Amino acid sequence: MSKFKKKGGGELPPISTASLPDIVFMLLFFFMVATVLRKNNLKVDNILPPANQTEKLDKTRTVFIYVGKPKDQYVKGRGTEANIQIGDKFVDIPELKAAIFEEVNKLRDELRSKVVVALKVDEGANTGVVNDVKKELREANLPKIIYITTQGESVQ
Amino acid sequence: MAKRSAPEINAGSMADIAFLLLIFFLVTTTIDKDKGLLRQLPPPIDENAPPPPKIKDKNLFIVLVNRNNDLLVEGELMELKDLKQAAIDFLDNGGAPRGGEIAYCDYCQGERNPSSSDNPDKAIISLTSDRLTDYDMYVAVQNELGAAYNYLRDREAQRLFGWKYTEKNASLTQMSSDAQREKAKEQLKQIRDLFPFILTEAEAKQN
Repeated sequence: MSKFKKKGGGELPPISTASLPDIVFMLLFFFMVATVLRKNNLKVDNILPPANQTEKLDKTRTVFIYVGKPKDQYVKGRGTEANIQIGDKFVDIPELKAAIFEEVNKLRDELRSKVVVALKVDEGANTGVVNDVKKELREANLPKIIYITTQGESVQ
Repeated sequence: MAKRSAPEINAGSMADIAFLLLIFFLVTTTIDKDKGLLRQLPPPIDENAPPPPKIKDKNLFIVLVNRNNDLLVEGELMELKDLKQAAIDFLDNGGAPRGGEIAYCDYCQGERNPSSSDNPDKAIISLTSDRLTDYDMYVAVQNELGAAYNYLRDREAQRLFGWKYTEKNASLTQMSSDAQREKAKEQLKQIRDLFPFILTEAEAKQN
């Protein structure tokens, strides 16, 4: 009788799942870190036009302006024409400067002088509204703007 | 006294809990992918400023977009797909003669047509859009004009430094050392100065 007798037959031992929670936690932490919870509730339609000559946007020094048709539940108060949204509320052209400075003041001090205004404009909007916004930004001395687009070919 | 060993906690459900959290974060995550066309607005209007110098017609490249999204370039109807090449031809023309009053453009590869732009730093693109122009058309035109500049800057960067302007610009944030980044910024600026982006915008007169 050999001392090193094999126990049992050739049965495989069960695979240990003890490390499964660790793996899942790792994934979990990745997504927790990568997640940016949406700050603004969009009140306007926002399908962005395509472009391919784009540059990346530095998020930390950005103020967003959304332009588009109001969503269904706001049509009653705001009409069907393209509206401007800054932060959480609708803004009209005369109030735009005040609203934008309010947003700029939320940024960190050292970034305020290099603010980039990101225009998220619905592709169905007219350039008239955009021109009005740009005129206000020009008067407010916020010259850096970026037209946010999706990646794609603009020439069919 | 009998010693009771503490019962082991069953960790089998730990994975389930973690999965639940994982799925929650997976669903709420929007990995940010904001990209766009960066533009600079002109400074606020200063009433005391001296009147701007007169710009020769040949140094102006006039692009008009009307309310039906038709494109009119230098007085001729044009398809959007031809705009990039037309803008490149205009910017790269370098029509000023050697030794003339206006600096000769020694890196231009255009036709040197005396009735088109003198020098890239004199060449101005003027974009006029109607209030009722669709925004996607406007962005498409901006995109094509940007593409013309990027093409020329890529070409010059390739010639001078052996890399592409747009690629270097995009990789700027990933550079490890500050010295490297400063050097790259310096070179990018040098390329930008060869083909400065000069775009004026106006709104069409209402009638």
